[in-house]
Amino acid sequence: MPPAELLSVRGCTKLYPGVRALDGADFQVRAGEIHALLGENGAGKSTLIAILTGVTAADGGEVRIEGRPARPRGPAQARELGISALYQEGALVPNLSVAENLYLGREPTRFGLVRRRRMEGDARLLLAAYGLQIDVTSPLGRYSTAVRQLVAIARAADLSAKLLILDEPTSSLDADETAMLFEVMRQLKARGLGIVFVTHFLDQVYAVCDRLTVLRNGRTVAERAVGEVSRAELVGLMLGEASAGAGYPARRRGAAVGPAVATFRGFGRRRRVAPFDLQFRAGEVVAAAGLLGSGRTETALLMFGAETADSGEVEVAGRPVKLRGPRDAIRAGFGFCPEDRKRDGVVGALSVRENIALALQARGGWARPLSRRRQADLAERYIKALDIRTPDAEKPIEQLSGGNQQKTLLARWLATDPRLLILDEPTRGIDVGGHAEILKLVDELCTQGLSIYMISSELAEIAATADRVLVMRDRRPAGLIEGAAVSPEAIMAAIAAPPGEAAG
Amino acid sequence: MNGRNLPLAATLAVFVAAYAVCAARFPAFIGTRVPADLVTDNAFLGVIAVGMAFVVISGGIDLSVGAVMGFSSVLISLAVSRWGVPPMAAFLLAVGLGTGFGAAIGAAIHGLRAPAFIVTLTAMFLARGAGFLLTTEAVPIDHPFFRTVQDLAIRLPGGGRLGAVSLVMAAAFLAGGVLLHATRFGNSVFAIGGDRRSAELMGVPVGRTTVLVYAISGGCAALAGVVISIYTRAGNPLTGVGVELDAIAAVVIGGALLSGGVGTMLGALVGVLIQGLILTYIDFDGSLSSWWSKIATGALLFAFIGLQKLIVQLPRLSPRMAGA
Repeated sequence: MPPAELLSVRGCTKLYPGVRALDGADFQVRAGEIHALLGENGAGKSTLIAILTGVTAADGGEVRIEGRPARPRGPAQARELGISALYQEGALVPNLSVAENLYLGREPTRFGLVRRRRMEGDARLLLAAYGLQIDVTSPLGRYSTAVRQLVAIARAADLSAKLLILDEPTSSLDADETAMLFEVMRQLKARGLGIVFVTHFLDQVYAVCDRLTVLRNGRTVAERAVGEVSRAELVGLMLGEASAGAGYPARRRGAAVGPAVATFRGFGRRRRVAPFDLQFRAGEVVAAAGLLGSGRTETALLMFGAETADSGEVEVAGRPVKLRGPRDAIRAGFGFCPEDRKRDGVVGALSVRENIALALQARGGWARPLSRRRQADLAERYIKALDIRTPDAEKPIEQLSGGNQQKTLLARWLATDPRLLILDEPTRGIDVGGHAEILKLVDELCTQGLSIYMISSELAEIAATADRVLVMRDRRPAGLIEGAAVSPEAIMAAIAAPPGEAAG
Repeated sequence: MNGRNLPLAATLAVFVAAYAVCAARFPAFIGTRVPADLVTDNAFLGVIAVGMAFVVISGGIDLSVGAVMGFSSVLISLAVSRWGVPPMAAFLLAVGLGTGFGAAIGAAIHGLRAPAFIVTLTAMFLARGAGFLLTTEAVPIDHPFFRTVQDLAIRLPGGGRLGAVSLVMAAAFLAGGVLLHATRFGNSVFAIGGDRRSAELMGVPVGRTTVLVYAISGGCAALAGVVISIYTRAGNPLTGVGVELDAIAAVVIGGALLSGGVGTMLGALVGVLIQGLILTYIDFDGSLSSWWSKIATGALLFAFIGLQKLIVQLPRLSPRMAGA
């Protein structure tokens, strides 16, 4: 007899105006398994999670928990049914103490008064079971994302959760923290919880999951044991037959490498990143690799003048340049797509057209506004050129998918006709299809003679794209890998090499 | 100290230091007389600050409290001296109305998803206008009960007189402190102020808590009207203009974050006393314009906003992993 289904979703449908977000999706999770929920952006994962946690109601189909029909209205009711979810962001309250976060809404009380001592003692015990020894009276916000996530998981599991939904919990964790999280997930699995794990990292699916369900266009296209599905097959399932087998096509390297565009010598800033040397030639992709916190992003911030360097010099097209701020960098022909699109990149309420026109307008100054006509032309050109999928240029950018937002940001900088484009994690949080398109775009831009500096945590992506790779470690350059030597293994080795060796 | 208590410690230090400066210049500050007056004279502001602490910590703001206090004082004076209502009944009526009014404000803020600023600004105009509808001039209260209550006082050794109104304020702070710092409701208030969306996802009853927070604030404002009617033995529709801003300042000087999620009841009390102390000093000096108190309050506010910024930048704590 197969193990009993903990959660069973059948024929689940959800309609939004103009969109069938879920179209008869099925989803089964057993007790004591880690189940990957996969799909491109827009496949229906978020909608399914919203229905399970009672944030929204389904229009059709049924949800059963341990065989009993369940229709949670609101997160509180879902919790009573044993379903808890952890979101990428906004899982807990940062200003409350760790203990208060663990017991919010169910604090031990006597005569209506909270028994703080008792609560803090309980909190310590609870976290100790996860191998976490921290001051539970400190505000949660003072701990790292990894600790916050463990606390959130501890809370959810302690709420006698039967089903724990983890929505991209690893997207802002480094390798060690991810390993720690996986350990906790396995521990909870052993205790009989069903865990739904949503991730964009296929490696992680194979590392920790037992079974997987793939959604596409609101329908369930596969439900398998992880061991039965190969990587290529999985990508095919997520993308559909048309693009099956699309991994990361390797770029034709060194095809059109031109003269030096920008040269950074001994560029650095005390306590942020040690001096590094980097040269960009026309038509070249230079990548930066390294763990989170290795100083990758800091190199980009310095190069764009978002932080001022206190050592080193810059030469652009043979002439020395001073970068006192982003405006200097823009004038020098640099463009920058930051890591956190939502916070530092897109202006959500503005239209696609306005977002594209932004950088060009900034360069022109406020006294010379871009005409509406000119803006519309620009928008139209780039929507076509970059294949930005939007009904029209006037749609607020926040309503676009992550991949299309990223393309709009690229368009913003391309409109300024840059020499050097700095892309910090251009494919983070973007589904597999969008991923490949962005990389293709990078390739095309290089062919046109642009230089690109790309920061990425995906080694395979770097290996497929970069002409040269700057490896960062502990906020200092740890090596430069060039040409044919670029491979995920070589980068990994440089990242992992003990300090003092393999310096560039 | 984990950063949380730092603003409160700073507030206390400022108060002690300021008091020492005052005492060094005017020896009269030593003893019980000045402190007792300080508390009695600022009782109405203290009572309002109790409610404002809940509001600010929940991430909101309440601009209506001064107007509600004014309305409440007018209502009480008319009820007692013109309509023959017994004083205690008039007090209950006023506090009940204030609480209900506050609850309606909270319901509007939550239900309409409207900014607290605009809803309470509307409420401020409504309450102020309603006060003037009742009467356009000050109404003296001539009722034996008021004289009795006004004469009620705890006599301290050294000649200090703690008036009845200061006991009302003390009770308000005590009750408010327990409610804010030692109950589930209080934790919900902090949670909503810290991250409303997360709090909601964690199952905090956001709507109910919001309604209660503004009901408490409205009730406290009306209670401040009771205090001021006893203290001045009159009701005046102009009473309490600008008091909402003094109360907000007191709460922030007391270490609360205007964006919500951080603050203490004790801090709010000390914030009120610091403002009172500045006024008292200016009184004693005699030559200073009383407007200096506004400048001093402004400077203090600025200093505390700076301090809060610094605390946010405290280094991250790192966990110790078992076995590592």
